[in-house]
Parts: sequence; structure tokens; C-alpha cells
Amino acid sequence: MTAERNPAELYPEDETLEPSDSTLKAVLGATLTLVALTILWEVLVRQFQVPAWLLPSPTLIVESMVEWRSELVGHSMVTLYETLMGFALSIAISVPLAVAIVYSPLLQNTIYPILLALQSMPKVAIAPLLALWIGFGTLPKIVVVFLVCFFPIIVATATGLAAVPAPLMDLIRSLSASSLQTFVKIRFPTAMPHIFVGLKIAITFAVIGAVIGEFVGSESGLGYLILVSTSQSRTPLAFGALVLLTIMSIVLYYGIALVEHVVVPWAPRN
Amino acid sequence: MSKIHIEGLHKTYTSKHGPVTALKEVSLSIKQNEFVTLVGPSGCGKSTLLKLIGALIRPSRGTLLFDGAPLLHPTRDVGIVFQEAVLLEWRTVIDNVLLPTEILGLDKVKSRSRAMDLINLVGLAGFERRFPRELSGGMQQRVSLCRALIHNPSVLLMDEPFAALDAMTREELGFELMRIWDTDKKTVIFVTHNITEAILLADRVVAMTPRPGRIARIVDIALARPRTIEMEFTQTFKSYSDQIREVIYHGTGASRS
Repeated sequence: MTAERNPAELYPEDETLEPSDSTLKAVLGATLTLVALTILWEVLVRQFQVPAWLLPSPTLIVESMVEWRSELVGHSMVTLYETLMGFALSIAISVPLAVAIVYSPLLQNTIYPILLALQSMPKVAIAPLLALWIGFGTLPKIVVVFLVCFFPIIVATATGLAAVPAPLMDLIRSLSASSLQTFVKIRFPTAMPHIFVGLKIAITFAVIGAVIGEFVGSESGLGYLILVSTSQSRTPLAFGALVLLTIMSIVLYYGIALVEHVVVPWAPRN
Repeated sequence: MSKIHIEGLHKTYTSKHGPVTALKEVSLSIKQNEFVTLVGPSGCGKSTLLKLIGALIRPSRGTLLFDGAPLLHPTRDVGIVFQEAVLLEWRTVIDNVLLPTEILGLDKVKSRSRAMDLINLVGLAGFERRFPRELSGGMQQRVSLCRALIHNPSVLLMDEPFAALDAMTREELGFELMRIWDTDKKTVIFVTHNITEAILLADRVVAMTPRPGRIARIVDIALARPRTIEMEFTQTFKSYSDQIREVIYHGTGASRS
């Protein structure tokens, strides 16, 4: 007979999921490379006397950002508002709809295939039509953001809800669990990590959607600012807006990742 | 009265290539607190038979009595362990064990103390606040066993529960299961494709053959309890093993793979 092993020895206590040394190295490496590239950019622009309207130097971009700070903040807020509203609207509609689709064979065979087919349509191409239908305010931008976020979230949610392992469903059935119990205790928590994958994809699309919406026709927002400043050869300002858009995108993405970390700590990480 | 009485049970599935007979003319009576193993190659219908007993699927024809009454719906008097532990990743060990009690609406305080007893019984004391991802495969399967036992069912259905584990852990868990069964007697129906495991655990081994799935031979195992690993090397054990191998491999002309 095999000796009884102490389970504690099978899994040492100190095996944790701390960021490893290699993560730190990657972050440090990327930062240093970015700094080096920025310096190279500065040097090259000065060396070859590239005109500012064509390609401004990093220092010029920073100067212009400081000079136009109140405008930049104002336009950022508009874009951020459109992004978040569209994103929130998308969650509010796609998650319940995905639940309905998973639970209703009728919807699964009628609405869902159409939705999947519509996914191939470039949603941003609708932006001009939206301007035609609902004008140039913030609403059409929110609708574009909603549309680009809608598909990743609904597909991820529907996939997640259906991802319960078959033996687990058998177990639940053997206990005669109600549909509500199955949903609350099993299906929804199983779907959560999938939903967050969808949310992270959606939030990056969201910023793009808002900017495209602003390109088509608006009087505010960072997309509008880029359009106007390039047409007036104020290229450093356009770059400033671009920097802010990038930062906004990154912050939003990691914001979602942070919420994920808190809400679904069991989710696999990459 | 037998705990589970099966007579002339058929199960037919419809597939793309027409109907497939998973089980044909299966008859078997299982006594209260008997430890029965179902052994056979893939496709012999052993898992199908287990699912039928759990009322997870309906028979196509035949009689299936549970405590003398026809089995129409899943009964709470059954606990199930699968090949995969299928624990809920977001729940701690103890909360995983408690899942069935929440669904069945059992008393929280009593359930909790029973869960702790079971966790201690399978040697996981001190691990009740851990999450499944922190446990080895063998430990996860122990948790899954506790979950199957928490509502104190009289029948335990086990579908190749140790098949995904390494040979050492498998053996260890087999003896542990027998120890638990010895202290808290239940009717156990245990599916495996491992003949040695089937004999070592069982009061009776039901050897099944595929195409169509049916019972080829039932072997009474008269080895004393508690069973030990040394019994595997006795002549009696070998003769049981031969009887089972004979019907499984030669009875159907299937290759010995």
C-alpha cells in the first residue's frame, strides 16, 4: 500500500501569483525604449529641420499641449463622456440580450445568426448615416460607440454562458436545481471571465468609435480637435490630442482590467 | 428488496448515422450498501448505465427501480463524482462542498459542520479556505467526493473518478474511498476501464462489452475487507482478472489494446 502523503506537501504554501521578475524587466525595457525613441525623434526633427506643420518635435507637442491645456481637457471630457456612455449602454443592452439568447431557442435561431452576420459590417461606416438621422450632437457618437462595443460583449457573454462543463450541468440537474439557481450559482459566474474578455476588446473599440463619430461631424471632442487643427496646420495640437486619446485608451483598458481583477480574481491572466 | 433493480433496460441514441444502441437488454440488481464496479472498454455503455441510474437520461425501454419505485426524475438520494472534479473556480473548498446543500436548501449550520467533517475525513483539513486552482488534481477530486457526500445520499455514482489522476494518486484515492465507505456505508456504483481497480474496490464487478453495450459477466469478489494492495498479487485476484479479461477481450473479438 502506498504511503499516505500529506496533502500540504503536494502544494507548497508560497506558490503565489506575484508579478515575476520578467514582467518587471519587460516594463522597464519598454519604458527605456520609448524614451530612447522620443529622444531620437527630437534629434532627427531638429537635425533635418522638419517643418512643424509636417512633423512637430516632442518638445513642441508638449509646449502646445501646455498652451492649449484648457481646450484639450474640455475636448477630452467630451470624448470620454461619449466613450463611457456608449460603452455603458452597450453593456446594459448586450448582456441581458445574450442571456435571453442563451435561454431562448427561438432567439438563438432567429436573432442571433443575424447579429453574428451583422458583426462583419464595418460599424463605423454607419456614422455618416447616424449624423443624417440624429444630427451632430453627442448622441450619434454614443450610438457609434454602442454599436462597436455591442458585438464583442454579446458574443463573449453568450459564449461564456454556454461554457459550463457538461458534467457540472449533470451534477446540477441531479440536484434538481431551478433555472434561477443554475443561472446565479453556475452560469453567470462561469461567464464572467468571458464577459471581461469582451469588455476589454470593446473598450478599445469604444474610443475608436467615438473619434470616428466626431470625424464625421461635430463641434467638440478630441476627434474634432484633430480634424480642425490639421486643417489649420496646427499639427502639434493634433499630436497633443492624439497623445491624450492614447492615454485615455490605455487608462480605460487597465481600468477594466482592474475591475476584472477585483470582480473575477479566478480569471486566467495573460 | 434491492436498492436498484434494473430489468431489460435499453438505451438508444439517435445519431447522424441513424440510431445507436448504447445499452441492450441490461438486467442488474444492486443491493443496499453494495460496492459495484462497472468495467469495460469505451463504448460498452458503462457511463450510459450510470447516467440512467442517476436519472440524467431516460431509458428507451425497460425497468429501472430505485428503492422499489420507478425512477423518473433525478433524486436527491444520489451523489455524483465525475472524471473531472468540475469544481467552481470562484468558490473555496468548503463553499464548493456546500453547493448541493444550497441548492437543496439544507440547514446552513449543520451543513457547514458536516462539510468540515468530510473535508477532515478526506485529509484536506486546513485547506477549506483554498481555491481549486491552488490544489493538485488528487486534492480536487477529494473535494469533489466531499461535494457528492455532503447531502448524505444513500447512493454514490462515480464515473471514472480517478481516471485523470496519476497511478499513485489513483491507488491512494481508491483505498481512501473504501475507508470512507467502510465508516459510512453507501451503495456505490463505480465506473472504470481499469480491471485491477474494478476488482480491488468491488463486492461485484459487472463486466460490459460494446456494440451493443451489454453486461457480459458479473463476477462476485470474495476478497476480505479491508482490501490491501498485496491482494493484487494473489492467485484469487488473478483468476478474477482472467475471468473479466476473458469476456472483455475475447468475448467480443476486440483487440487487447
